[in-house]
Amino acid sequence: MTFVLPVGPQHPSLKEPEFFRFEVKGEEIVDVDIRLGYAHRGIEEAFSRRNYKHNVYLAERICGICNVVHSTTYCQTIEQLAGIEPPERAKYIRTIIMELERIHSHLLWLGVAAHQIGFDTLFMLAWRDREEVMDMRELISGGRVHSATNTIGGVRRNVKLEHIPEMLRRLDKLEKSTGYYADLWGSDRTILARCSKVGVLSKDDAVKFCAVGPVARASNLKLDIRRNDPYGTYEALSFDVVTESEGDVWARGTVRLREILESIRIVRQALHELPSGPLRVPVELKIPPNETLERTEAPRGELVYYARSNGTETPERIRVRTPTYGNFASMKSMFIGGTVAEIPIVMWSIDPCFGCNDRATILDARTGKVSVVNFKQLKRWRR
Amino acid sequence: MGLGSIFRKRSPWLLHFNTGGCNGCDIEVLAVLTPRYDVERFGIQLRGSPRHADVLVVTGPVTRQTKDRLIRIYEQMPEPKIVVAVGSCPASGCAFYDCYNVLGPLNKFIPVDAYVPGCPPKPEALIFALIKALEKV
Repeated sequence: MTFVLPVGPQHPSLKEPEFFRFEVKGEEIVDVDIRLGYAHRGIEEAFSRRNYKHNVYLAERICGICNVVHSTTYCQTIEQLAGIEPPERAKYIRTIIMELERIHSHLLWLGVAAHQIGFDTLFMLAWRDREEVMDMRELISGGRVHSATNTIGGVRRNVKLEHIPEMLRRLDKLEKSTGYYADLWGSDRTILARCSKVGVLSKDDAVKFCAVGPVARASNLKLDIRRNDPYGTYEALSFDVVTESEGDVWARGTVRLREILESIRIVRQALHELPSGPLRVPVELKIPPNETLERTEAPRGELVYYARSNGTETPERIRVRTPTYGNFASMKSMFIGGTVAEIPIVMWSIDPCFGCNDRATILDARTGKVSVVNFKQLKRWRR
Repeated sequence: MGLGSIFRKRSPWLLHFNTGGCNGCDIEVLAVLTPRYDVERFGIQLRGSPRHADVLVVTGPVTRQTKDRLIRIYEQMPEPKIVVAVGSCPASGCAFYDCYNVLGPLNKFIPVDAYVPGCPPKPEALIFALIKALEKV
């Protein structure tokens, strides 16, 4: 006898609207369904109605947390489409704001994860330190969340010389506090009891379900687009790809915390090596028919943009595949066999970003019934 | 002013619902609760259930799928209820004004007491709007 436990679309453990349908047998989860599309706005269709310059702002508003990586990927895609090479300084500024975004996103994750396991002190501490990053972003771009720094052919805002000592000082402070959180994450009894051996994703399953980003790296898959398919300035900068072998919630947290330290290293290098020169190159908006695909490493994993041009000022088609979408499939193997109390932290452990994800309306298949779902069934379930 | 509204003004509890925004405003709503801005000094707390809430904080343009849930959540809240629309999306639709799945601004569906413009607004603006909206109680 199973019991259905609905979670969402408005729920204390979810910051965004999404619906999860858990089938539970007592305390044990036996099946999970995901109903997506509450935040579906129709952005991809809107892309093909606006011109390339307007679309930068739309790309930025796909997701508030990872807005810089969205606009950077969009601009890189269009630059590739038109055959433009942005100036070196622009590439470095893009790297700096992208890595600052990664730090803020991972600290945000740490805070909310701590909140999900009832450790509110760490939630408040992590968000207090996150304000340092927000200040740095405000310093460069004037905006705390949406930076509006990227444009096709370069960047619109400069990292000024007088800002660099201020930023280095804040980075030192962040490095110290992140080191403390990393120690805490590895030694605190509450965290270990709630996160260790919970929501395990084995390496085989991670490969099978095509996990991306920190989720894959926590299952010992060395996947990082910054290293595997370098873009921008990442080839010139030295950093480690962080991996852990446990594959549980604890490992996903450790990967993210160690990545913050790597990102701090990258920002420092980029600030030291910041070349002088122009910020952007002029762009001709009428792009001849062409198509291209671009991959970047967002805070949550691999982000893919596909674009096709048709000789006018508006793109014919832009397709976005976000990392959360790639990680949803692996969620099932994390949940099944677990307990109800684990739901919030396991759900949060993939760092779901529904604003990113919900550009396609899909009703997920119920594969927990041991039957394999074929394409016909999948089609029937689609709305 | 009755005794109820005196206490309600000192401890308004928020319910946050994202009707399909980009979550840029959501992280600013959360930032308001954390140490630098700390609205708990005004007695403001975030609650999980609409039945406990006095103030509904809405972020995002209203999408086709969230419309019914939004109205249901609004109806579940006890009187008197205050609605604060955070960001440009619930005010005008922002960058999504002509997307096919966006049904329109928030005031087409529920009455709104305060708008906080910005994409996303700064936490200070959000606190100001909450204090202003509470004057209506």
